[in-house]
Amino acid sequence: MKALIDENLCTGCGTCIDVCPVGAITLSEGKAKVSDECTLCGICVDSCEFGAISLPKVGTGELPRDYETYRGIWVYAEWRHGTIHRVSYELLSKARQLADKKHVPLASVLLGYRLNGLERDLFNYGADIVYVVDHPSLAYFTDEAYGNVLAYLAKEYRPEILLAGATSIGRSFIPRVAALLKTGLTADCTDLDINEEGLLVQTRPAFGGNIMASILCPYGRPQMATVRPRVMEACRLAETRSGVLERVSVPEELFKSRIEVLEETVCEGPSASIVEADVVISGGRGLGRKENFRMLEELARLVNGAVGASRGAVESGFADPSQQVGQTGRTVAPVLYMAVGISGAIQHVVGMQGSRIIVAVNKDPQAPIFNVCHYGVVADLFEFIPEFIKLVKGGC
Amino acid sequence: MHIVVCVKQVPETQNVKIDPTTNTLVRQGVASMMNPFDRFALEAALRIKDMDRDNVNITVITMGPPQAKEVLIDALSRGADDAVLLSDQAFAGADTWATSYTLASAIRKLGSVDLIICGKQAIDGDTAQVGPELATLLDLPYATYVSRIEFLEPRVLKITRQTDEGTAVWKVPLPALLTVLKDVGIPRVRSYRATLRARRYEVPIWGISDLRLSKESVGLKGSFTQVIKVFSPQRAKDRTFIEGSVSEQAARLYELLKKQGVPGL
Repeated sequence: MKALIDENLCTGCGTCIDVCPVGAITLSEGKAKVSDECTLCGICVDSCEFGAISLPKVGTGELPRDYETYRGIWVYAEWRHGTIHRVSYELLSKARQLADKKHVPLASVLLGYRLNGLERDLFNYGADIVYVVDHPSLAYFTDEAYGNVLAYLAKEYRPEILLAGATSIGRSFIPRVAALLKTGLTADCTDLDINEEGLLVQTRPAFGGNIMASILCPYGRPQMATVRPRVMEACRLAETRSGVLERVSVPEELFKSRIEVLEETVCEGPSASIVEADVVISGGRGLGRKENFRMLEELARLVNGAVGASRGAVESGFADPSQQVGQTGRTVAPVLYMAVGISGAIQHVVGMQGSRIIVAVNKDPQAPIFNVCHYGVVADLFEFIPEFIKLVKGGC
Repeated sequence: MHIVVCVKQVPETQNVKIDPTTNTLVRQGVASMMNPFDRFALEAALRIKDMDRDNVNITVITMGPPQAKEVLIDALSRGADDAVLLSDQAFAGADTWATSYTLASAIRKLGSVDLIICGKQAIDGDTAQVGPELATLLDLPYATYVSRIEFLEPRVLKITRQTDEGTAVWKVPLPALLTVLKDVGIPRVRSYRATLRARRYEVPIWGISDLRLSKESVGLKGSFTQVIKVFSPQRAKDRTFIEGSVSEQAARLYELLKKQGVPGL
């Protein structure tokens, strides 16, 4: 299976040869030829200005049985410590638009224990129906119990589309749900839409964010996607919006988990998780020593943010590995990401390029971090950061 | 104890870049490597083997084109005992479902498996889905984002996993599947003896007939998700350098960020 070349359209220009990340395209008798090394990534399709390249179609062309009986959009409502996670509101707001476009109801699913009242805001953000499963075995998150229950509900009620946040919880148990339902799943979407055929168009970054791919799930139901936090706007429709609350009992054996939760810890303060913070102040090798990170911690505390670090800073012992942003660390997408004394290696950039505003502070104007920032400050960080802290303190 | 480590050959992402003038993707060289997170998965398995060398057997498995054998040889050179390459024209174009389905069939064929270790995610697709999907298809308990593995009993693990807001400690009975972070340990280098052995090792290649799978159930035919369009992301073109003295720079940045509604300012 490989990319298809329409020889009538191919001009033999060779553009596709240069873009193929696995080197699977060669020129033979003036036409592009694709070798068996092709991984069907699709990069060449977009590169061809003559429209000569296409990808073969997935599946066997058979629609799932009872395909017509799947209806409606579902959003999995994630909660922590008695509050709904923002990503669920963001998703409900987006899903509301999609549901209106398709003229179908929007439902939200809430799983947990003693969740009284949490459903109210799900209605306010657009849900028409909220399904609640309240059970002691759901007090702590485990992939097995949560996955089993959500898959069971989806089998019973047959939503056409099922969405969840691409948080550590969503990215962990939603694949289980997809496997139990035997359907497709697209991870980490940054955009969703409905096409002319009524299918969900799922757009996500790939290759470390260097390319974007739009994906369909034509032959699986529900069409499933996880969506990154903070890329969609949460929009509260009303102070009190009514809807249908449905408490569902599910078979007891679904709650069984072979895994036992022994302990859960939440980090707080400037060393709190960089994934959840609206503002991340990250330091690199340019900080010089561990003590200098205190400056970043002070700034982070003032703006209720968290402190991140580059791999270099972690390896130099300036920061904890849990603070590392980048390919082998965490992927963050805060409202503000401030890179202080970080050169900006690609491995770092892939972990933060989804941030809404990126500020780079570095004394080297040639540092690659300036290629990805929105605001560049060429300055000595030891002079700049204290000045900046002064202003923030004054403004508070 | 039999540990299976799932690995993937990936292109070196730093070689995939956007040409700033044409805004198209350019490739520099076609170097490929073992997915970095899979190196940590292998290291986690090797550390378990270090505790009981004679009774722990590690099999590395990958699905890919014939040249994916290179990552298996690399794993053998670092101390894995056995390797299997799943390679067949019919496997091409597999999404995470079809990949998990094929891997699950192969792992069933391997017979008794106590622990499966995968990297957190592959750096080309970044989906992090194959581990959980594979565990589900094999009906195994699993834990993702694992930073630490300890043994409570010979058949019970205590694992520490990273959550978005901190950590969780779980008790996991074997057999199970884990996806791991870099925190499990720095990957070891190739050893001379293992490299010699790896060079002579005949990697078995399994295709659809070996796994008794139909053509329709694997690869692109067995997949659900269809890529319909690939494009370059919109890059921020409006980069602004903030000039002036340090105090002017700080003041200008502060005003700009405040105007854009950054929380906390």
